[in-house]
Amino acid sequence: MTDPVPNPPTADAGVSAPPAALVRSPLSDGEWHRLHPLTPLLRGGLALLVVLGIVVANMRDRLISIFVPAFAPDVPIDEWEEYEAAGDPIGWVLANNLVLIALLVTVGVLAVIIGAFYLSWRFHTFRITEDDVEVRSGILSRTQRRAPLDRVQGVNLTRPAVARLLGAAKLEIVGAGADANVKLEYLSTGNAETIRADILRLASGQRLAEQRAAAAAAGGARIAVADTVARGLTGLIEGDDADAAEPESVVRIPAGRLIGSQFASWGTVVILAGATALAIALSQGVFWVLFAYFPALLGFGAYWVRTIVRSLRYSIAPTRDGVRVTFGLLTTVSEILPPGRIHAVEITQSILWRGFGWWTVRINRMTGRSASDTTTDQFTTVLPVGTLADVERVLGLILPSVAEEERAAIVRDGVLGGSSAGGYVTTPRRARIVRPLSWRRNGLAITGDLLMLRRGLIWRMLAVLPLARLQSVALHQGPVSRALRVASLRAHTVSGPVLTAVAGIDRDDVIAAFERVAELAVSAAASDRSHRWAETTDAAEPVLSSPSPEQARFAVPGTSVPLPPPVGATELPPGAVPPPPYVPPRADDTAGEGR
Amino acid sequence: MTTSPDHPSPTPLPPTTDAAESGTIDATLDAGTYDRIREPRGAGRLALEQGVWHQISRKYLAVQLISNGFVLAIIVAVMLVLLLVADQRWALIPGIILIVLTLAGMAILPRQVRSIGYQLREDDLVFRRGILWQRMVAVPYGRMQLVDITHGPLDRGFGIAQLKFVTAAAATGVVIPGLTQQAAEALRDHLMSVAESRRTGL
Repeated sequence: MTDPVPNPPTADAGVSAPPAALVRSPLSDGEWHRLHPLTPLLRGGLALLVVLGIVVANMRDRLISIFVPAFAPDVPIDEWEEYEAAGDPIGWVLANNLVLIALLVTVGVLAVIIGAFYLSWRFHTFRITEDDVEVRSGILSRTQRRAPLDRVQGVNLTRPAVARLLGAAKLEIVGAGADANVKLEYLSTGNAETIRADILRLASGQRLAEQRAAAAAAGGARIAVADTVARGLTGLIEGDDADAAEPESVVRIPAGRLIGSQFASWGTVVILAGATALAIALSQGVFWVLFAYFPALLGFGAYWVRTIVRSLRYSIAPTRDGVRVTFGLLTTVSEILPPGRIHAVEITQSILWRGFGWWTVRINRMTGRSASDTTTDQFTTVLPVGTLADVERVLGLILPSVAEEERAAIVRDGVLGGSSAGGYVTTPRRARIVRPLSWRRNGLAITGDLLMLRRGLIWRMLAVLPLARLQSVALHQGPVSRALRVASLRAHTVSGPVLTAVAGIDRDDVIAAFERVAELAVSAAASDRSHRWAETTDAAEPVLSSPSPEQARFAVPGTSVPLPPPVGATELPPGAVPPPPYVPPRADDTAGEGR
Repeated sequence: MTTSPDHPSPTPLPPTTDAAESGTIDATLDAGTYDRIREPRGAGRLALEQGVWHQISRKYLAVQLISNGFVLAIIVAVMLVLLLVADQRWALIPGIILIVLTLAGMAILPRQVRSIGYQLREDDLVFRRGILWQRMVAVPYGRMQLVDITHGPLDRGFGIAQLKFVTAAAATGVVIPGLTQQAAEALRDHLMSVAESRRTGL
């Protein structure tokens, strides 16, 4: 197991093991570990077995005739010879007495393949240190990928059907950027769960918070004692493995509703239209249509069924380290989204769902996958189908900073509302030509640290953007809008399914909103602490004179040397010259950030 | 390392440093640029109440005219070759359409380049461009992921460069063309330093 002594904060931060108090898995102790021994089988070995199976199936007759001559096909022997002469490789081998060589070659090739799989497994190692997760792989060309834990955008655990049977799971640590994910495939399911919990706990900044508390206490011995006590207390409160306990889902989607929602979707309309067209064509005797479109229809149908199967068994639940979304019937995916990783939320209702009162909630987030990866769609849907009450509960999970009454207001004014109630600035009457149906509803509102964009009368949607995550904001105006004195506002976030634009807002209002959003985006981001979410609970405690986590982290415990004030804290009246004794040089500032 | 900003308080830098800095940087940024931003005339146009727009170098117009002229010459050449050598009369139709479009583009260029401007505000950069289709973007400095400076062969000959401000959102699209070499470098250094002190997470 890990060493029981927690690492002193002054130790080399680059490769030090995570403090024992924070990790539960023996695999996350800062040492290199290998993946699950069945990994080669799951990653490529199955393909090998399939190939072998095909070979065996094709040679069935021959194998039977060799091993069980009684069942051999009733063919005269000279016909066999003819068959063999016609280019059958096995026949050729037998005819030329090369059986031994052929066997040796086969065994050799098999040995090389198995050896390669084995070596690639042996060389594929990972480790989880205090600050990073690192993966090394490759035999001839080595790859090493290290991802800083505080940049983790989410951790997802995928269990494909076959791997599930063998008790294995894929762990994917989502990073920010294209193709930035670190994959640990495969691990045993139990290990994967605990490693995920460890990674999130390390990323949460709980360690920093604890160190800050420790630094406040005087003396090294007391730290150790406090640490043990804290650990014991944590164990008491949370149970030995708090994260292993399955959190209760806040939303229950009956399977009937999931299937029904899929029936009432555009996919169904397309399938029905296609099937009708096909039937008409066939009744008219146009048979070529069958060959041209039937396969496409079949493929679409398969996709449609897969969509249902994938969203079955959906659950969403709060955990200590973020929202946990689970779905899938055969391949289960369970993803934990830490707080502050959600860049935009969209609540929409397709027109086909209107009668049922169903809504769907999608988010923009960093997926960290390469552009060629097409399996991202499900990771952006946090609520596939739900009632308004479900939507409200899901909002409470993914936007934890929003108070309950505010959430109700979002639903009342934003999702359902159609007027300027709730602080919405809507399209002026003179510009209703831009949005002939929805002009009363089409609008935007800024409340607290959220920007809300409301659109559509028939196809209702509401985009909610946390301003702390907003990247930039733009105004666009074409000649027609100018004549009508309106303009459109577009909020820029990381890419995703959410539409973050609203058009046809009064020119003065939209400029005011632009200025306000630009200002709030800065202040909200500056006061946002969610990237180290576990720290926030301790941030209120006046434990140290300097509240900067970086400084607390590098401070030596027990020594209460006052640290130089951070640059931002040296507040000077406008026009004043900075005092001579301490002028923070910018170069040091940069080095302290360590990027 | 972590994304923690060095400054725990949301208080921005003392304005004195900014003022002192921008005092020196302004001269570099505004050397050889246009001095009046070209905006739409309609009363419904988008305009900010305050702030001074920095503009781009006058040389950018020359660079654009020359490169557009090249394109025009190539179109004319291809059309003439098809028409006279290969005797393909249909070449006249796409040829003339392309020539008219390129000439129209060149005709509005002088107005267009005057409409490009940027403001360095206390916490964000505002970029604007376009007259008929106006676009205005505000990007907080802290959202900067990187700054790109590029110059093509023609740009180098005229001593200008293009600066691109990249955030985590692809749609941000702040690309300031036609800065003088010195202005581009000064602006980059300024953006780097202000972004460092306002660094936030994603």
